[in-house]
Amino acid sequence: MAQVSIRKVVKAYEGGVQAVKGIDLEIADHEFVVLVGPSGCGKSTTLRMIAGLEEITSGEIAIGGMVVNDIPPRDRDIAMVFQNYALYPHMSVYDNMAFGLTLRKFPKDEIKRRVENAARILDITPLLDRKPKALSGGQRQRVAMGRAIVRDPKVFLFDEPLSNLDAKLRVQMRTEIKKVHQTVKTTTVYVTHDQVEAMTLADRVVVMNHGVIEQVGPPQELYHSPNTRFVAGFIGSPAMNFIPARMENGSGALRLNLPNGIVLPVPAERTARYGAMAGKEVLFGIRPEHLTEPKNLDRQNIAVFELTPEVIEPMGMETLLHLWMQGHEVCSRIDPTTPAEPGRPMQVAADLNHMHIIDPESGRVL
Amino acid sequence: MADGATLAMPRAEAPGGASLKRFARRRSTIAFLMTLPLIAVIGGLVAWPAGYAIWLSMLNRRMTQFIGLGNFEILLDSETFRMVIFQSVFFAVTAVILKALIGFWLAHMLHHLPAKGQKKWRGMLLVPWVIPPALSTLGWWWMFEPTYSSINWVLAIFAVPAVPWLGEPWWARISVIIVNVWYGAPFFMIMYLAALKSVPEQLYEAAAIDGATGWQKLRYVTLPMMRNIISITVLFSLIVTFANYDIVRVLTNGGPRDLTHVFASYAFQVGVLAGNIPRGAAVSLFMFPILAVIAFFVLRGVNRRTKEEL
Ligand SMILES: Nc1ncnc2c1ncn2[C@@H]1O[C@H](COP(=O)(O)OP(=O)(O)O)[C@@H](O)[C@H]1O
Ligand SMILES: [Mg+2]
Repeated sequence: MAQVSIRKVVKAYEGGVQAVKGIDLEIADHEFVVLVGPSGCGKSTTLRMIAGLEEITSGEIAIGGMVVNDIPPRDRDIAMVFQNYALYPHMSVYDNMAFGLTLRKFPKDEIKRRVENAARILDITPLLDRKPKALSGGQRQRVAMGRAIVRDPKVFLFDEPLSNLDAKLRVQMRTEIKKVHQTVKTTTVYVTHDQVEAMTLADRVVVMNHGVIEQVGPPQELYHSPNTRFVAGFIGSPAMNFIPARMENGSGALRLNLPNGIVLPVPAERTARYGAMAGKEVLFGIRPEHLTEPKNLDRQNIAVFELTPEVIEPMGMETLLHLWMQGHEVCSRIDPTTPAEPGRPMQVAADLNHMHIIDPESGRVL
Repeated sequence: MADGATLAMPRAEAPGGASLKRFARRRSTIAFLMTLPLIAVIGGLVAWPAGYAIWLSMLNRRMTQFIGLGNFEILLDSETFRMVIFQSVFFAVTAVILKALIGFWLAHMLHHLPAKGQKKWRGMLLVPWVIPPALSTLGWWWMFEPTYSSINWVLAIFAVPAVPWLGEPWWARISVIIVNVWYGAPFFMIMYLAALKSVPEQLYEAAAIDGATGWQKLRYVTLPMMRNIISITVLFSLIVTFANYDIVRVLTNGGPRDLTHVFASYAFQVGVLAGNIPRGAAVSLFMFPILAVIAFFVLRGVNRRTKEEL
């Protein structure tokens, strides 16, 4: 059990690619932290530097208060689960899980106890004698996790562990991983490109982009108050709508001019916050669930206007509308009972209490 | 394949023409017809000579009389032939072990060179293997040859006394092994290099995290992952090395005093030079049962591992 500190860490590969451009991150003991971001943003590189599989170009990584820059992986007391599991094909499931303990010269009965315990947690006891070849993807995944659990290391590292599974199994294993973490409580760093995985698993999510950290925070915080346009667009599915607009100052109140001529009144309590943008082009951001059929009209700051749905996607518990606003597609989430028809204009309500204004130059959410 | 063949099985009562057509349409029939040329080649070039050699080995010297295993009995009684057995086994086993070890070591070195330098070194290290062994052995013969031996000349610089490379039995045996290893190690190297490259990098990473040192990665990951390639190359090389002819023939010609003969060179000596063809055939067939048994067990192991692991 240990905390992990990443201080000003840079990774430059041979040939000059800067994969990680100076990141800082403090991970607390027992915490489950998920690094999320698009492919190539440097997540795996960061994780592999923690593991000791990549050298750190500059900066410092400490595990449990000890700087590990020059310590080889085997002495870092970490365990890692790889995307393609990396099970030893010539060893049985039992030996795969026992290997790390055998190398560390644990007594035989202690190894047996730990492997059997992990196998019970992961429900793979009947598979212990098999070779990895005779296992399904989900079972291999469990063995890979078992190999990590038996070691009882200071830190678990996961690199896209669910990417090779089919959708249904992925959801199931996600729950499994969360359950395991709640049982063993080992500090965990988990890498994924899937924001749903990040949101569901993490105590704190770290959003990375182009080798830098965009934002760190609990899932809800990232969802409701993103710091940058990138985070706002990356977290949440379907993604937040971004509509170019013009902020105007009209007699003490701010107004937002949308491309199709709609004018939205900016809530009075946000006047000070957005004041600096008056007279400038901005991006108006709103999540699909805040752009709905007219409802809660008695509340403050609900703006109703007319748009035409082009595509209607019933999802069961909700229906997604794709509406066009002067060449910009916007997505709206409505109640499945609300009647909607492609091509027929309808009333939609924007809940401006949840609006975001983004400075298009800096990409920051104001 | 199997059910395809059963489904298309011609019924007994079908009229001749139709059943012939159906017979030709069966997948197994077509497959058989297409492999027929190969079967003919193998039959003509392998099975027939082998069968003929077995027949020959059971005739008397004039080839007029069938004497059963008589030739083999005479051979086993002969001091010289027992020496040939010893020398063949000693030569083949030592040379194969050395080739495997040196080949593995070279492959390992190459594998850890940067990609650019690797090609160049690989090409250079393969040279001994592509030179016809009769020619390169001649080169070695010059280097060993007592009067002008360049090796002895180099040794003399370090004040090492001249070595009777080909004149003294044990040195002659060692010389033959040196040349065979020099010639054969690159084959092992290239096979092992390919095998090393096929071990997924992530297994080493997993092992590093599991706590393995470099040596333990070799012991618990690399070697087990290469077991099949190692067994097959060793088996193959064992067969080829047992049957080696040119190196012994050119380097020592069996001398001194017939002490460096291996099966092939001795078979040539007895069968062709001394004119006892049946006995020569018996010499050349001597190793066959032993190699067949070794091959059976090696290939069975390979087969089992392939099924379980890959
Ligand atoms: N071994 C390497 N050599 C050079 N560049 C690399 C290497 N590994 C990764 N990169 C580059 O570093 C960047 C980050 O990679 P990575 O950390 O794997 O991204 P991801 O977030 O998808 O896991 C990418 O641009 C990738 O091309
Ligand atoms: Mg990655």
